[in-house]
Amino acid sequence: MTTTTLETAGGVKVVKPTVASHIRDYWGRVRGGDLGSLPAVLGLVVLVLIFGTARSETFFSAGNFANLFNQAAGVTMIAMGLIFILLLGEIDLSAGFGAGVCGAVMAILLTEKGYSQPVSLAAALVTGMVMGTVLGLLVAKVGIPSFVVTLAAFLAFQGVLLNLLGEGKNISIPDGWIKSLNKDSLSVTWSWTLAIGAVLIFAAVQLMRYRGRAARGLVTDPMGIILLRIAGLAALLLTATAILTQERAINTAIASLKGVPIAAPVIGGFLVLWTFVLGRTTYGRHVYAVGGNAEAARRAGIPVDRIRISVFVIGSFMAAVGGVMLVSRAGSVDPNTGGSTILLSAVGAAVIGGTSLFGGKGKVIHAVIGGAVIAVIAVIDNGMFLMDFSSGIRYMFTGVILLIAAGVDALARRRSAASR
Amino acid sequence: MAATPLLELSGINKSFGPVQVLHDVELSVYPGEVTALVGDNGAGKSTLVKCISGIYPIDSGTVTFDGKQVSVHSPRDASELGIEVVYQDLALCDNLDIVQNMFLGREKKRGIVLDEPTMEQLAGETLASLSVKTVKSLRQLVASLSGGQRQTVAIAKAVLWNSKVVILDEPTAALGVAQTAQVLELVRRLADNGLGVVLISHNMNDVFAVSDRIAALYLGRMAAQVKASDVTHAQVVELITGGRSGNLGLPPEKPTDFVEITPGAAQ
Repeated sequence: MTTTTLETAGGVKVVKPTVASHIRDYWGRVRGGDLGSLPAVLGLVVLVLIFGTARSETFFSAGNFANLFNQAAGVTMIAMGLIFILLLGEIDLSAGFGAGVCGAVMAILLTEKGYSQPVSLAAALVTGMVMGTVLGLLVAKVGIPSFVVTLAAFLAFQGVLLNLLGEGKNISIPDGWIKSLNKDSLSVTWSWTLAIGAVLIFAAVQLMRYRGRAARGLVTDPMGIILLRIAGLAALLLTATAILTQERAINTAIASLKGVPIAAPVIGGFLVLWTFVLGRTTYGRHVYAVGGNAEAARRAGIPVDRIRISVFVIGSFMAAVGGVMLVSRAGSVDPNTGGSTILLSAVGAAVIGGTSLFGGKGKVIHAVIGGAVIAVIAVIDNGMFLMDFSSGIRYMFTGVILLIAAGVDALARRRSAASR
Repeated sequence: MAATPLLELSGINKSFGPVQVLHDVELSVYPGEVTALVGDNGAGKSTLVKCISGIYPIDSGTVTFDGKQVSVHSPRDASELGIEVVYQDLALCDNLDIVQNMFLGREKKRGIVLDEPTMEQLAGETLASLSVKTVKSLRQLVASLSGGQRQTVAIAKAVLWNSKVVILDEPTAALGVAQTAQVLELVRRLADNGLGVVLISHNMNDVFAVSDRIAALYLGRMAAQVKASDVTHAQVVELITGGRSGNLGLPPEKPTDFVEITPGAAQ
């Protein structure tokens, strides 16, 4: 194999990357067991193909596609927060009911107390951060394992939710933008503006980084790969926008329904925010360091305890955002909001997406990819394909799919351990 | 060769409860020289290093750095003076790449954003100054490096900060023959760049291969600090195992010395 080397900063010789070497490296990592999001993406494709061909007229409809975003929003938000916690090798079992409590706080302030929408939303988010601070302090300062702390909180939050709502009560939230968040769609103009804007900004950031590094004589990714990335994102976003801006109302005489669901830019916004925090700030670097080797981080002068507390604050904050999305989708809050399979779906989304349960490895995008897999399973489960089967069969089916996803991850890890 | 030591310890005492681990230890580290710190297990090498690096407070004694008397209370004080320790377990994060590890805890920033190009450039220059000429990529994860390369990254991390004294705790303990040679070459180069290097090692071949001076600890006492060219292999082994060799080392033991072995006995 011929490789060209080039000198980088200070004259260290490194292998000059080319498009071919990039692909070879990626393939090498995959064969070595570092699969990242690959199983999730492949799984998504397989699921869509199998169930799409079985019920193509309903599955491949624009209405169903839009529905996926709304279905995924709540779980994806919770999963994004969990990624920070999982990066430290900790777990938060209380995120589901934490979301429920925050949603209930918002609903009660909106209805019974008559507060405005921004105030109620802010109160829900602050509630989440307070809960996260308490959890984080118990884990980092008192030293109780996070599994136990959050298991206790799981039970306690369930109780808080029941108490807030009174026995079995169901509070509907009034119409307004909070209710639109996970229900309505953007106008067609805004849909296109946002999609094209996102592609342009992504392209600008990529090209600026390329030029900045090249100007300093540092190794850059080959231009081909950069263009491929930009083209890939453009294809994905523009195709999705084109589908979503189709008319999907059943009877257009009553109301027109088209445009990108508002949930999509909300998910995208948080994805960009947290990806930036993890990848481009000192704080994010320190989160990875503590997750990779807490002792090394401590010796490097990183305040390990404060990092540990902060990830629980972010986790519960995102759980609160998830709670808002869940309440917005249902239009109401009840004692089971955030309960049932929400938490496990969120942890599942993060892990299926490629984040390690053992800490140190993971990206925010994993929550989105995993969330999409979970949403497709949920949509299938909700009767598109399995409507003729009993709920017993449906639960078993969902279980098997999750097991397959987790199995791929475990086999990959064993392979990567063997190749060390 | 510079006559004044860069780091000078004198009369260092350290006890853990009733057990006195260091007795009146003296040590001088000269710039541009490798000082090997040798001693048997439990002789107090690690304790001495932790006292220098500020992890343990010393009970009594003076530390002179660059001609000024200093007091080191925390690892941070030590690194501000320019003393860096490379521990045996390296303290690297496997899930981060070479540049990220080298700047861990002291990242360069532009506004709130990490300044990756600057860090990569500095890391590259530091590696080059240590004559590390080939890595696949500066952005390679540390997990994918060999033992010798990991040691190199840990050492490069220590010298990145214009440090003046670098203490290496058994840098070759876990390495193969070729990698050991590489790391020893690197140790020599650090000294040639003008740093004061302290090399802790059990391996006499390593010690004689690179060091200018040898300091032998015996049961918490500095048995001798001699030039490597003035002693033989066998003499150093005697210093390590018996505390003395010919007219080098500690005075012959008097019968009263044996009383001390019982913890808590009157001195």
